[in-house]
Amino acid sequence: MATEVGPEAQADELTRRRFLGVVAAPVLTVAIGGPLLKPSSAGAAIPSPPQLADTYDLGDLYSTSCKPTEDMLVLELGEDGVARLQLPRMEVGQGITTALAMVVAEEMELPLAQVEVLLSDARPELVWNQLTGGSTTIRSTYLPVRRAAAVARERLRQAASLRFNVSLADIELRAGVAYGPGGASATYASLTSAAAALSVAHTQVQMKPSSAFTLVGTPTNRVDARAIVTGQKQFTLDLDVPGALPTVVRRPPTLLGSPQAILNAAQVRAMPGVVDIALVPTGVAVAAETFGQALAAKDALQVTWNPGTIDGKSNEDIANALRAAMLPFAPALLVKTLDAEFDFAPVAHAPMETNTAVADVRPDRAEIWSGLKIPIVTLQNIAREAGLPQSRVVVHVIPSGGSFGRRLYHDGALEAARISKAMGRPVKLMWTRADDIRHGRVRGATHHKVRLTYALGQVLSYEHRMASTKTDWSHGFGEIITALAAAGPGNFGYAQTIFNMTVACPYNFGVVTELLNEPEAPLLSTSAWRSVYSPMVRGVEELLVDEMAALLRKDPLAFRRSVLKDAKQRAVLDAVASAGRWGRAMPAGHAQGLGFHQEYRSMTACLVELDGTDPNDPRVTKAVIAADVGRPINPRGLEGQLLGGLTDAISTVLKAGLHFDDGLPLESSYSDFRYARQSDSPIETELIVLPANRELPGGAGELGVAAAAGAVANAYARATGRKPRKFPINFDVDFEPAPR
Amino acid sequence: MPAFTFTVNGASVTVDAPADLAMLWVLRDKLGITGPKYGCGVGVCKACTCHLDGDAFTPCITPVSECAGRTVTTIEGLAAGDQLHPVQEAWLDVDVAQCGYCQPGQIMATVALLASNANPTDADIDAITNVCRCGTYVRIRQAIKRAAAAM
Repeated sequence: MATEVGPEAQADELTRRRFLGVVAAPVLTVAIGGPLLKPSSAGAAIPSPPQLADTYDLGDLYSTSCKPTEDMLVLELGEDGVARLQLPRMEVGQGITTALAMVVAEEMELPLAQVEVLLSDARPELVWNQLTGGSTTIRSTYLPVRRAAAVARERLRQAASLRFNVSLADIELRAGVAYGPGGASATYASLTSAAAALSVAHTQVQMKPSSAFTLVGTPTNRVDARAIVTGQKQFTLDLDVPGALPTVVRRPPTLLGSPQAILNAAQVRAMPGVVDIALVPTGVAVAAETFGQALAAKDALQVTWNPGTIDGKSNEDIANALRAAMLPFAPALLVKTLDAEFDFAPVAHAPMETNTAVADVRPDRAEIWSGLKIPIVTLQNIAREAGLPQSRVVVHVIPSGGSFGRRLYHDGALEAARISKAMGRPVKLMWTRADDIRHGRVRGATHHKVRLTYALGQVLSYEHRMASTKTDWSHGFGEIITALAAAGPGNFGYAQTIFNMTVACPYNFGVVTELLNEPEAPLLSTSAWRSVYSPMVRGVEELLVDEMAALLRKDPLAFRRSVLKDAKQRAVLDAVASAGRWGRAMPAGHAQGLGFHQEYRSMTACLVELDGTDPNDPRVTKAVIAADVGRPINPRGLEGQLLGGLTDAISTVLKAGLHFDDGLPLESSYSDFRYARQSDSPIETELIVLPANRELPGGAGELGVAAAAGAVANAYARATGRKPRKFPINFDVDFEPAPR
Repeated sequence: MPAFTFTVNGASVTVDAPADLAMLWVLRDKLGITGPKYGCGVGVCKACTCHLDGDAFTPCITPVSECAGRTVTTIEGLAAGDQLHPVQEAWLDVDVAQCGYCQPGQIMATVALLASNANPTDADIDAITNVCRCGTYVRIRQAIKRAAAAM
């Protein structure tokens, strides 16, 4: 594909290059400019020129920003023979520790069981190179990790050649053992000290050719699977930090309100187990001997509150503000148009582990433990808040129980630090589920206005305007300078840049225009949600592809094939159409639906079958998903991510959303925020991971959402004969909201 | 403060606690047994699912007083030493977990289901309402069927 010329050339250069020891990589300066479009094999479709995200996307930008520090990775081989990689990224369940352990094992010739991937504490010297998001981890670390592992491997080879007194060429490395001629052997463990003492300045190192891979690309189970199934995996609240007391916060009745005064502090302090109470900017904190006692005391608190940012506002007010921010289309003359408008309700991230942090802030130092995707900004903000130099703040990154974008923000860690400072003791902060759903960050509401023009059986233009509740990008690019630049008025510029670097139409639809607008108010507390703008922007686009096909009297599969831009895209689509038997006869009220998506230098297609017999209670019964990520590292982990994306799509298209009402969501738990359960999940599934077809891996963690969203919406439309325009589709307030 | 004695993972323990303290906090904050996770605190997400006398229960809404004199099993007590329970083995075989936070509860719910229903149908499996926000339901279903076959 023409758009992959840049990354491929880069891969060839980097994998073929010989280099000396650990060398600093040059800073790549990449000009933003599109390669010429290859002649389209789709024939008559009106070609669309590449969009920004086709030629240089967010992951490219992020990888470039990591270049100056990418070889500052720490990889250590212990005397126990275990290689330990300190990874400046965050494991949230997406499987990066397993994938990168495989990469280290492959490159070092070690058994996977002898590799550990640990999450680095915040390392401010890495600047931009400690951010987990945008499906960039594997893209930005694949080559640096391999280089580090290759250097380690060659040091071991050199140590073995000296020990056996033979040439380097006579050493064979296999499964953590160095073999010499005549049966000589030495384990890596026995060589590590000697290897450390070697001068490697002149060691010629080359990475293993991908054709020789035996582990990378092979389905592999998670490295932490046994710890998980035995209950041994530790999350933030499971850590035993001496003296850290269970702490919860009583929060205001409306979003982003603040406390005025506590009316019954003495009474609450006297409750069993209560140790301390503190007023903080976000509410009133209670520390107790157990969480149960802290929760009871929190509920007993009587507090007066200042208003928040959206008091009195509901979903309808938010939707009206978004519609008002939408500019009208110019009149379309002499052509037919397909016009549609769509609304998406706000959605909670709702990771299983709520916002949590342990904080120990003292007058002269601070130590934080939390699940953090941007720990450097966390450290810098907490240092500023606590009045400490950055060198006196340690931030430990703990694997979290999900994120889906939520842990880009460190509000939990900052709140815990404030409470610890106010109470003068270490605290273990837990947000309740209601806190997390009502006061947490959300994917904001969006409104979409879309027009396709067509004539003589061809799409001439595609225009998509999206108005979104402001998505907060104030976390910046991983450190405080860009975070401050993105806070305040700079945010919209950031939002537009991220939009343009992630969203692209994969079809030849003539003149393609996609625009984002973000009205300033109403102000929700937001954070990018898995796949950011794409589940909505591309989801409704897939829905309109089907509606366009119907207007042109074409089959949805045949129409997609005719307007997709290249053969690789069609191969992914064909894979699901074939395996899923597209077009097979379905019972009344049941239907198939298709979706396609391309992003992160990867692409995927999804075919679902849906039982819409009861339009108010549809069920996806089957799903077939194919993905081409260029080079899959762990196909089993990739399949898991695609299934996660499918479940997100089922949830947010069909039934999971938030009703803001008088300044706060009515939803407060999974009983009313209707994220999918087992009974919403397909019984039959087939996953197809296309084999490696280039050197570099594409992104995968967020890939699965948008195509599946399109497929589920299309299947629902075909099964029920309805045209979905508001999401989630079934979204009544049929529950009694919990008290505020 | 009253004292309550019960058996947890094969050992008899006595804790001083208010009678209405939820068992989840007795396990986690008083006994340091952290396999059962907080997910909602209102018995909905079932991330904390454990066994009380062999039946699945949600300790986040069960007062410690209800557990007195009874037998509690958490995820930590499921394996016999290094010998994993067949349900745990099935979870490993299928590589169910992503973040892993809900999986102790999913596994305990499955063990309880299989104890009363050796060959659950898809409808029986659909009746498990434990939330998995990573969306591992497809593999959970596969693992339940695999464990049922193995047992």
